[in-house]
Amino acid sequence: MSKSVSVGNKGKGVRSDCAVTLELTESGGIQLQVESKVNAIYGKQNEKLIVDILSFYSVQNASILVEDSGALPFVLAARMEAAIRKVTGSEKEFLLPVLPQNQYQTTRDRNRISRLYLPGNTPSLMINAGIHHPDGVILDLEDAVAIDKKYEASFVVRNALRNLDFYGAERMVRINQIPRGLDDLDYIIPHNVHLLLVPKCESADQIKVLNQKIDELKAKHNINYDIWLMPIIESALGVIKAYEIATAAKNVVSLAIGLEDYTADLGVKRTLEGNESFFARTQLVNACRAAGIQPIDSVFSDVADMEGLRENVKRSKSLGFDGMGCIHPRQIKVIHESFAPEQDEIEKAKKIVRAFDEATAKGLGVVSLGTKMIDPPVVKRAEKTINLATNLGLIPENWREEFLNE
Amino acid sequence: MSKLVKNAVGRMVPTEINGQEAIPFKGVGKHRPTGRKYAPPIPTAIDYPEDGNKVVGSLKEALQKCGLKDGMTISTHHHLRDGDLVSNTIFDAAHEIGVKNLVWFPSASFPCNEPITKYLEDGTINRIEGSMNGPLGKFVSQGKMKGTAVLRSHGGRVQAIQDGEVKIDIAVLAAPSSDFFGNANALSGPSACGVLGYATTDYLYADKVIVITDNLVDFPNMPMEIEGNYVDYVVVVDKIGIPEKIVSGTTQITKSPDRLLIAELTAQFLQESGILKDGCYMQAGAGGTSLAIGYYVHQILKAKGWKSKLGFGGSTKYMVQMLEEGTMEHIMDAQAFDLEAVASIANNKNHHQYPVYNAYNFHSKGNLTSMMDIMILGATEVDVNFNGNVVTHSDGYLLHGIGGWQNCLHAKNVILPIPLFRDRIPVIKDEVTTICGPGEMIDIIVTERGIAINPRRTDLIEKMKGSKLPIKTIEELKAEAEAICGTAQKPNISDEIVAAIKWVDGTIIDVVRKVIE
Repeated sequence: MSKSVSVGNKGKGVRSDCAVTLELTESGGIQLQVESKVNAIYGKQNEKLIVDILSFYSVQNASILVEDSGALPFVLAARMEAAIRKVTGSEKEFLLPVLPQNQYQTTRDRNRISRLYLPGNTPSLMINAGIHHPDGVILDLEDAVAIDKKYEASFVVRNALRNLDFYGAERMVRINQIPRGLDDLDYIIPHNVHLLLVPKCESADQIKVLNQKIDELKAKHNINYDIWLMPIIESALGVIKAYEIATAAKNVVSLAIGLEDYTADLGVKRTLEGNESFFARTQLVNACRAAGIQPIDSVFSDVADMEGLRENVKRSKSLGFDGMGCIHPRQIKVIHESFAPEQDEIEKAKKIVRAFDEATAKGLGVVSLGTKMIDPPVVKRAEKTINLATNLGLIPENWREEFLNE
Repeated sequence: MSKLVKNAVGRMVPTEINGQEAIPFKGVGKHRPTGRKYAPPIPTAIDYPEDGNKVVGSLKEALQKCGLKDGMTISTHHHLRDGDLVSNTIFDAAHEIGVKNLVWFPSASFPCNEPITKYLEDGTINRIEGSMNGPLGKFVSQGKMKGTAVLRSHGGRVQAIQDGEVKIDIAVLAAPSSDFFGNANALSGPSACGVLGYATTDYLYADKVIVITDNLVDFPNMPMEIEGNYVDYVVVVDKIGIPEKIVSGTTQITKSPDRLLIAELTAQFLQESGILKDGCYMQAGAGGTSLAIGYYVHQILKAKGWKSKLGFGGSTKYMVQMLEEGTMEHIMDAQAFDLEAVASIANNKNHHQYPVYNAYNFHSKGNLTSMMDIMILGATEVDVNFNGNVVTHSDGYLLHGIGGWQNCLHAKNVILPIPLFRDRIPVIKDEVTTICGPGEMIDIIVTERGIAINPRRTDLIEKMKGSKLPIKTIEELKAEAEAICGTAQKPNISDEIVAAIKWVDGTIIDVVRKVIE
C-alpha cells in the first residue's frame, strides 16, 4: 500500500474545492500546511476540522498539504476522509451532522419534469444547484466522473446528500453500471437519497440484484421509507426489455432514455429531429404508461441553443414524455415552461373538470359540456393537466372558487 | 499619528492625513465647504507660441518646462484603462530628472500600473491619491507606501479639485487625437476611447497641462473635448495605449447561471415594485450581471411598449441596442466600455458625451445621479445595516477603487445584485470591513437566495407584500450564508492606517488598516 496519496482538485478554474496530499510518516507528529485564499477568515475553522478528522482516524504522524480554493466544510471533510481512507485502508466514516432540512422523503408520483445532472466530483456545480429549482438533482457517479476519481467522488456525493441544501429538489444519484454500481450503495443508501438512476439497464434481473442490496442496507440502517429507482434505457436490448424493466419492482417509478448510448448501439448518428430514436422513445413511453410509471426523455446537449431545446421539449411532450434531463441550470426553466400545459389547454381542462364535478354532484353518469358528451378518458386527461398546472403554480390550488366567481 | 475620532458611521478616523487637516464624516448632506472655488494661476497668451505650435520633444522635456519639483502633484485620467502606456512613463521621466516625494493623483489605476511600485519604493512617489486596483492596492495594504493613500469617488475627486483640497501641479493627459495647439478628443486614432470626461476638471484646474498623443492631427481638431487654450505643451509619442485593453472589443452578458438568476430576480423586482416604468431614468454598469439586468429590462420595456427616458453610461453595446431599438431615448455618457459604444457616440445624435463633474460632483449645481430611478451597483461586502464596501475584501486587502459608486448612491433606488457568497467568502456581514457608503443610501440587495429590502424603504416593503419573489430580511440572508460557509473569523489587521476613504463631500468616512501577513 502506498503511503502517500493525493485527492481532490486544484489549479486554475477550480473553485469551491480543495486538493489534499497526505503522507503517513513514522514520527514527527502532524505537519499541516493549508494554502488557501480564505485562510484569513476560515483558517482556524479549517484547521480544526482537519485536526478533528485526523484524530478521528487516529492519524498521529503525517505530513498534509491542503491546497484550498474555497471548499465548503463538507467538501474539505470529504477530501480529507478520502485521502486518509485511501492511505490507511480504514472503513470508518467521518460524518458531519445531517442538515435537518434535508430529512424529507419524496412520493412515487411527484413531478420529475426536470432533473439537473451534477458531476459527482465537482462540488462547485452542486452548491448552487438547488436555487434554480429543478424537480430533481442527479449527483452523478457514472459518466461524469473519471475512473481514477470515482473513489473520492463517493465521499463528495455522500456528504452533499447529507450536508447540502437542494431546496426541496428530489435528491437522485446516478450510480455506476451494475454490478459496479452495487459498491456505490454503501455511500448513498444510508444518507438520505431519494432515487437512484440505474444506467445501461437491460433486464429485470439487474433491478432485482440492486433491490436486494438496497434492502440489506435499509435493514441494516433502519430505513423504512422507499428509495425509488429510475432505470435508464440506453441500448437496443434495453428498449426491447423496457416493459419488463418498468414492472421489475414496485419502487421503479420511471424509465429514462439515454440517446447518446442508444444511437451508438444502433450505429447511427443522433440527429436533432430524432427519427432514428422514434421507435425507442415511443416504445419507452408505451412501456411506462402500461406499467403506470413516468417516461423521461434524454438530455439536450447544446446548452447554448435555448430555442432548439424548446423545440425538442415540445416534440418530447407530444410523444408522451413527462420530463427531461438537464445538463445546465439554464435549461430548467425552458423545460418547465415547455412541458407546462398551455393556457388554452388549462382553460379547456378546467371546464371539463368542472362539468365532471357538477355531473357527479347531480348523480349523472354522463358528463357533457355544452352539447358535447365527454368521455371518461378525456376527463382523466383534463385532471392530469389541472394537476400539473397546479403543481407548476400556473393556477392556484383553489382554482375552482375563482372559476365560480368568473 | 494624529488623533482619532469617531465619525457619524461609528468608525474611528484621523483628523489629519499626510499633514493636512481631515474632517470626519458628519452624515449624508451634513458637510458644506464654503468660500470660492480653487483657481489655477493666471496665464498670459503672450507666453505661448504665436503660431500655436506647442509641441515639445519629449515628455521629460515637457515636465521640466512645467517646472517639475519635489513634492508636486501629478494628475492623470484613466480612459486608457488597462491599456494605459502613459502613466508609468511620467514617473520614469520624473525618476530620470531626480525629483522625489511626488503625489500621483489618477482618476483610477489599473493592474498595468504595477511598475509604479518601484517608484513608491525608491521615494520618487510619496503616495497615490486615487482609486487603486490590484497590485497597487495590495502594496498599500502591506503598509509599504510612504504616505497615506487617499481614495475618492469620481465625483469626490472633482470636489477635491474644485474646493482646493487637492492642488494639481501638472496634469498629464493622454489624448487619442490632438492638434499642435492641444485641442484633443478621443474619437479617432489607434487608441480611440470615445470620451475624455475624467480629464475635464484636470485641464481646467491644473497649474500646467501636458497633452500627450500618438495621433497628431491637423489644426483644428474638432470637437475639442480638451480645449487647447488650457494646454501648455503637446508631446507626441509612438503609442499611448494598447487598443484591445482600452475598450474590450466585446462586453459580454454573464454566462453564469447563478448570476443570470440574480439578474432575472432583479428585473422582476424592478417591474413588480413599479420602479421600472415608462420614462424612467436608469443606469446599468458594464459588469456581466448588470448587462444581463439591462437585457431583461430591455425585454420588459419592449413587451410593455415603454421607453427609458435616459440611460446613464458607462455605455455598452447593450445600451446602444436599446437606443437603436427605441426602448431608450438618450444616453449620457462619461465613458464607453466597448467598441460599439465608441462608434455610437460618434454617430448617434442621442448618444451624448457628459463630463463626470456634472454627473457626480458635490460642487455642481445639481447632479445627474440623484435623478436616476434605477441604479444598479456592486459591492464586495454589505452589512446588516446595509452599509456597503467596494474597496477592500473580507481579508482586509485594498483591491478596488471606489469609481463612481458613492456618487451613484444618491439615486432614488439603489440596487445591489450580488451573490450571497463568492467561493465561500460571505458578502453579508455584521460589519463591513470598510464603510464606503452609509446604509441609509442602499435600498435593495438581490442575491441568488433572496432579496432584502432596506427597512427604511417601507414603501417598497409594502408594495412587495404578496409577491412570489423570495423577499427576506438581511439578517435571514446573512444566517443562510453562514449556515453554508461557516462564520468568518476576524482577519488579522493592525492599527496602522494605510489609506483614507473619503465621502463625496471630502470628509473621512473610513480608513483602511495594514494587513498583518
